[in-house]
Amino acid sequence: MLHIKCPHCGMRSQIEFSYGGDATVKRPELGKEISDQDWDNFVYNRKSLRGKHWELWQHLSGCRQWIKVQRDTATHEIFKTLKANEEIS
Amino acid sequence: MTQSFRLESGGLINRDKKISFKFNGKNYYGYEGDTLASALIANGVHLIGRSFKYHRPRGFFGAGVDEPYAIVQLYRNGETEPNIKATEQELFEGLEAKSVNCWPSVNFDVGAINNFLKIFLPAGFYYKTFMWPKSFWYKIYEPFIRRAAGLGTASIKHDKERYEHKYEYCDVLITGSGPSGLASAYSAAKNGAKVILAEDKSRFGGTLLTSEVNIGNQSGKEWADSIISELKEMPNVTLKNRSQVFGYYDHNMLVMSERISDHLPKTKKYHPKQRLWYIRAKEVLISSGSIERPIVFGNNDTPGVMLSSAAKEYMKVYGVLVGKKPLIFTNNDSGYETAIEFKKNGVDPIILDTRKEPQSEIIEEAKNMNINIKNSYVVVAAQGYKKVKSADIAKISDDKEELGSVENIKCDCICVSGFWTPTIHLASQSGNKTKFNEEIDAFVPDISKQNEKTLGAANGIYTLEETLKDSFEKGNLLSKKITNNENKVSFPNVVEKKSTVHDKFWCVPLPKGKNYKRFLDFQNDVAVSDIEIALKEGYRSIEHVKRYTTLGMATDQGKTSNLNGLQLVSKIENKVVPAVGHTTFRPPYSPVSIGAIVGREVGKHSKPTRKSPMHSWHEKNNAVFVDAGVWLRPRYYKRGDENLFEASKREAKNVRTNVGVCDVTTLGKIDIKGPDAAEFLNRVYTNAWLKLPVGKARYGVMLREDGIVMDDGTTTRISENHYHMTTTTAQAANVLSHLEYYLQLVWPELNVNVVSTTEQWAGAAIAGPKSREVLKKLFPNTDVTNEGLPFMGYMEGDLFGVKAKIFRISFSGELAYEVNVESDYGYFMWEKIIEVGEEFGIQPYGTEALSTLRIEMGHVAGSELDGRTIPYDNSLEGLLSKKKDFIGKRSLSRKAFAAEDRQKIVGVVPLDKKTSIPEGSHLVKDSNAPLPNPKLGYISASCWSVEHDNPFSLAILKDGKNMIGEKLFVMSPLKNKVIPVEIVSSHYVDPKGERVRS
Repeated sequence: MLHIKCPHCGMRSQIEFSYGGDATVKRPELGKEISDQDWDNFVYNRKSLRGKHWELWQHLSGCRQWIKVQRDTATHEIFKTLKANEEIS
Repeated sequence: MTQSFRLESGGLINRDKKISFKFNGKNYYGYEGDTLASALIANGVHLIGRSFKYHRPRGFFGAGVDEPYAIVQLYRNGETEPNIKATEQELFEGLEAKSVNCWPSVNFDVGAINNFLKIFLPAGFYYKTFMWPKSFWYKIYEPFIRRAAGLGTASIKHDKERYEHKYEYCDVLITGSGPSGLASAYSAAKNGAKVILAEDKSRFGGTLLTSEVNIGNQSGKEWADSIISELKEMPNVTLKNRSQVFGYYDHNMLVMSERISDHLPKTKKYHPKQRLWYIRAKEVLISSGSIERPIVFGNNDTPGVMLSSAAKEYMKVYGVLVGKKPLIFTNNDSGYETAIEFKKNGVDPIILDTRKEPQSEIIEEAKNMNINIKNSYVVVAAQGYKKVKSADIAKISDDKEELGSVENIKCDCICVSGFWTPTIHLASQSGNKTKFNEEIDAFVPDISKQNEKTLGAANGIYTLEETLKDSFEKGNLLSKKITNNENKVSFPNVVEKKSTVHDKFWCVPLPKGKNYKRFLDFQNDVAVSDIEIALKEGYRSIEHVKRYTTLGMATDQGKTSNLNGLQLVSKIENKVVPAVGHTTFRPPYSPVSIGAIVGREVGKHSKPTRKSPMHSWHEKNNAVFVDAGVWLRPRYYKRGDENLFEASKREAKNVRTNVGVCDVTTLGKIDIKGPDAAEFLNRVYTNAWLKLPVGKARYGVMLREDGIVMDDGTTTRISENHYHMTTTTAQAANVLSHLEYYLQLVWPELNVNVVSTTEQWAGAAIAGPKSREVLKKLFPNTDVTNEGLPFMGYMEGDLFGVKAKIFRISFSGELAYEVNVESDYGYFMWEKIIEVGEEFGIQPYGTEALSTLRIEMGHVAGSELDGRTIPYDNSLEGLLSKKKDFIGKRSLSRKAFAAEDRQKIVGVVPLDKKTSIPEGSHLVKDSNAPLPNPKLGYISASCWSVEHDNPFSLAILKDGKNMIGEKLFVMSPLKNKVIPVEIVSSHYVDPKGERVRS
């Protein structure tokens, strides 16, 4: 079971969180023209990366905040966690 | 029976307390502190079971967790448990055990014929033989294999015992209480670290209990006892015996199973049977020791052949002799310690040492005690079927290839030592890569992956002095880092006998003309010849060889067999062991009961049960409940001997003609506040929300980004910047997360807050033509006329002193209201509704009637909004705003979603107006078409229309728009039904929607 540092609450066990997918995907702006391909890329197409990956988790049974977690998908090592409003650097 | 193999004195057992027990129906007795194994051996019992494949007799091989043979079916307090290791099970009064895997009895076993057919049961036998014909598998092969090869029998009764889970955090977790565990625990505890010391066995001390050493002028055991008693007094130390750390998971999470009651005749009141600990440790010190390796020789599975360390443990801990004419077969000095112990207890052993001229302090001592030692000698084969009677022995050449002439000597046990294998399972599970140590012929941990260090024998350090030094130091260093406190422990003076190098010898060659089975894996009956066949057939990877031959795949997971298997493969392949590599160590290290894994989450406790504030009223009024997610909802209220069908029909009909009341507390409710709330709803819902006036409700549909309908519900504008959203019961949690996602990540600029208020409000839906009359009585001072409270209107009211929210919304399609009060007043509200509604014929209705009412109205619910449908499919396309963008809108223009013959919701009525249509059935054009019959759609929900008094269903049908009036067939292969039907509009009742506005 992973041990994730919620930027709001501190170290917590994985059971308190739910996984939310790739954190680098940006939703296209509302009302903006967008090609089928670009929309499909936003909705469906995801890389299944091996290695360092920024992903979203929600601290569901805690502060309910969505957070950004940099994790190695192969080793589960967690390098960094950010609040929702902090930019991935 | 007398305990003829019990020594007069000695051991750590309590001889004052006799314990009687039963094995295979026979009565025996042992002493408090015995294991089932030691007590049976004391009684001269060595035949415990039959092997997995050949049904060969099986006895004891070890004295603990490494035991491959002695597994029994255990009976305790009216319950039974399979596959318990007799070497681990402590004796208790009234214990009963039976052999597994033998029929009809352990002494006469029909399956033993396999032993004589063994030439036909080579490696991969099952794969090769039971492949064809395919139809034979279920009927003939599988039942046969199961009966012939099964281990114990799981109880089919409900397990009455309780199992608990516990989460714990500590600075240092130490796995094993041998010398390295005690030393490291002691120095870490002295530095103030929070320490958990786990010991698998009932007694702390590990090898200190059996080795002849001296630490600080005390015997090993005395030193262990003094350390333990000191640790016990320290508040920062948790000592756990009977506790096996069996798994090392991510981020230094380890799992330990504690056997609290298994050693007692009966679990004490308020005690669990076992407890599973999830331990998050800052540092882990692995002090799991090592396991003795066997040497492979002919018939080495005969009962009476066992590890030499086990023989010593039986003498020193339990005061039990494993035999009275012991033969010790060794390639290192450990065998001599066992021989010396035999001699001290008045038994004359013979030592066969594979080495030519070994010299060391221990060997010197054995010689001084006049122990018969034969150098360059090996056991060629054990003789005897159910118990060792003699041994064929021979001299072996210096290159270990040639055997001299074979002679037979009498003996009743063969104690074998092939040197020691470090227990590296936990280190390997943590991600440690491990390396091969040539000196000890075994793998040891290499570079730590997580915060773990391996100590002592588990790390290949086999001298006590070095072990203690290293362990004191590691315990001190690691804990100092955490506590910033150092309290150095002075190192005690250690006296131990020096030993010399072991012989890299592990398998005795076969004598000419003999074809003895030489076993590697004792539980799964994998012999040297099986590995040879697997390699001959082209298997190379050690992982493949393992699976093909089942080497190391039994319940002992190859603790005594893996390394010898590797040696064999590398020898045949002409490789070195590290090039062959080892198979992956996976948790659990040793079997864990399913009960412990499940813990308290059994049956009703597997998930929480949520009840509405009106629950007790429903109970009192004969409600029959149904699970709705985690909620319990009344399905119907039983009157007399009504069944579900009759009751729900009555309730639904009463709504259509009079008035009914339904508990709708379970609906998800979300409070939305903030100046940008309207804009937010406008983006979340498909329809327009900016102009909804205060005091009005609106129905809304929300999509996922892929255009699929996520949920629907009504949202009401309570005040300028305050909305009350309702969701379906099932989607309540998902919708809240969905809203939070967009507010926190996508549109953080919107000033909006959301919070779940599901449990803050109790809700009652009052529905039916007479519902307004009921409302008038409930709120006599409020204007609830059609003008005062029009359809989709909202107002606050005073319900006999209780503040209430009144929504004029309808799921049933009738004139209807939903009244919400704070949860604590829910029961009061409900009673008042029933009371004032009596004169109008009010009846409560459950979810079954609720479904009927919505189905015949064509209102969609979870069975249509099933994660596969878009708004058009549910005839909700009228709610799609053309003027604004919203979540998922772009996806709706995808080609498939805009197809001309896109599926759409329709109504389905059987032509005979009698036959009920099973939900989930398929719609087809021709019921006699050859398979696969093209499917046009499926039945999503069915009911008995109370309005039309005939069956009615909703279906999602291809080109549904143009199918109204068509005649099709409903097919349910599951229920074996073919029903001719007509397709009608999904709005079967009040298609213009006049009633809700009346």
